[in-house]
Amino acid sequence: MYWFKKEQFHKYEEMTSGVLGVFDNESSIMDAAKKTKDKNYDGFDCLLPYPIHGIDEVMGTARSGLPWITFFMGIVGCLMGFGFQYLTHAHDWPLNIGGKALNAWFAYIPITFEMTVFCAGIYTFAAFCYLAGIPRLNRKVLHPDLTSHKFGLWIPASAHGFKQDEVVSFVKSLGATQVEVVKEN
Amino acid sequence: MALTQAVRDKLDLPDLVTGGKSTKDVTDDILQPTEAFPTSLWWKAFVIAATITVIDICVIGYLFYEGLYILGINNPVSWGFFVVNFVFWIGIGHAGTLISAVLYLFRQQWRTGINRAAEAMTIFAVIVAASNLILHVGRPWLGFWLFPYPNERGPLWVNFRSPLIWDTFAVSTYLSISLVFWYLGLIPDLAALRDRATNPIRRQIYDVLSFGWVGSAKAWSHMEITAMILAALSTPLVLSVHTIVSFDFAVSILPGWHTTIFPPYFVAGAIFSGFAMVVTLMVIAREVFNLKNYITIKHLENMNKIILVTGMIVGLAYATEFFIAWYSGNEYEGFAFINRMMGPYWWAYWIMVSCNVISPQFFWFKKMRTSIPVMFVLSIFVNIGMWFERFVIMMTLHRDFLPSSWDMYSPTIFDYAMLVGTFGIFFTLFLLWCRIMPVIAVAEVKTVMPAQPGGHH
Repeated sequence: MYWFKKEQFHKYEEMTSGVLGVFDNESSIMDAAKKTKDKNYDGFDCLLPYPIHGIDEVMGTARSGLPWITFFMGIVGCLMGFGFQYLTHAHDWPLNIGGKALNAWFAYIPITFEMTVFCAGIYTFAAFCYLAGIPRLNRKVLHPDLTSHKFGLWIPASAHGFKQDEVVSFVKSLGATQVEVVKEN
Repeated sequence: MALTQAVRDKLDLPDLVTGGKSTKDVTDDILQPTEAFPTSLWWKAFVIAATITVIDICVIGYLFYEGLYILGINNPVSWGFFVVNFVFWIGIGHAGTLISAVLYLFRQQWRTGINRAAEAMTIFAVIVAASNLILHVGRPWLGFWLFPYPNERGPLWVNFRSPLIWDTFAVSTYLSISLVFWYLGLIPDLAALRDRATNPIRRQIYDVLSFGWVGSAKAWSHMEITAMILAALSTPLVLSVHTIVSFDFAVSILPGWHTTIFPPYFVAGAIFSGFAMVVTLMVIAREVFNLKNYITIKHLENMNKIILVTGMIVGLAYATEFFIAWYSGNEYEGFAFINRMMGPYWWAYWIMVSCNVISPQFFWFKKMRTSIPVMFVLSIFVNIGMWFERFVIMMTLHRDFLPSSWDMYSPTIFDYAMLVGTFGIFFTLFLLWCRIMPVIAVAEVKTVMPAQPGGHH
């Protein structure tokens, strides 16, 4: 059956302690991500100034499950929109306006549609914010160029088989121009 | 998704970013205007726009105090400039969504240069449109009555069978979804601004605005899907909004309004006028902020082609309306259209036709559609024409069923002040926005750049 999987709702993990490698171009970060994946450092992440096509496959990130949120919240919005109009007009306070039928359901369609789109869109955005770990104030910026033109590779201290010296030399061997050890303060 | 450089070369597609820029140059070039002191040109434009806005706010205050009688509306012309402005501005907004959502779904990569500013235009245009909607309800301070909320009057619910309530829902959904879509794209760029900031206060402000985005690849994968979903939701939404706006007219039983052509005709007109407004704004923005390498002639030419196509759709709609009025054999319908063309408001009709149908025809010539002065003038003509289109539709009211109640609509100075005021508010918001947020989607432009040395394309 076509159904969502838990790993599709992968959540951003806070980068508090671990090792950061800074790379200068797309091909080296792709290569680095691939090798890190092979090395089995779980929970590793990349920091990118813009989305790089194909990096999800290399990192083994599952396709986002957000469309499921859109789908279910769209249904909720649709039922809510229609139900509200029906209950207020036909039950709670029936008013005869210009002889129109009380349950003139075809006249409810525009608002039903708008409510579907509203709920689907807003809840998708809310779910995105939750999964991307935003909004969050005063998050430590690991390197100022990572939102502009450089690429980061993050291996968290919690990764399986993490040994600081080993990881540092591994990241250096990947061609990082800068390697930083980040510790919780 | 992105075409490879080899494919682009084969297809002979022009580069979407010219001047041999690197990704760092892109960040610097686009974000720099928000970091420098505003230029004198910006100040001049801002002072003019802000002055108009202040005058407009005073006039609105006077309207609140005195009531709607200070305007030119009367019986039978009970809808005047406010509704014309509302339809005009909401139409302007539609091009922004079209560029950001529809062109996104069609994988039109050239949109990246202009989508951010077009989306901002949408937000501000919808705000202006909604304010006109609220102002014309008579007691604007009770505007919230348009929303169904549990109240002490029964509860007495709004009439969901009325197109005016459909409008309330359509416009507020449109504003919310456009806002979310626009802001979603802004988050990474605001994070870039935060990371560049040298002043701690500035840094703190952008930290709040960027929601603390760091650019994790996992978050990006969710973001890309969210952008796609919002684009897919916005596309039917934008069509529904102007369809519902046209229902305000089409659902009434007035000759000249009660036609099934209204929804597609309104949507085409909205795209037409919106693209013209985008061209006007982009021509100015690329000059003022020196963004000629990002908003290239190719971008503008593509938009001019869309203006040409939608202009002809609008022209066809005018002709179809006339034909159907005659073909229906309904003499009231026939009269309404003959009166439009040759009645007391003939001048408005002919301004509309010459601006909307004739002026875009110049864009058949490549020389014309790639010439900055020509497109600037023509885009303004189109906007004038589209404002008059709505005026012409509204003036159908001056000849109603009973000849004894026929009357002319003559706008007062306050009508004119608030018409000019809508432009004042729009440009004030737009100019302020240009100062605090990047006018081009920095992260998105980087994904469509020509191949970098050592790049992955």
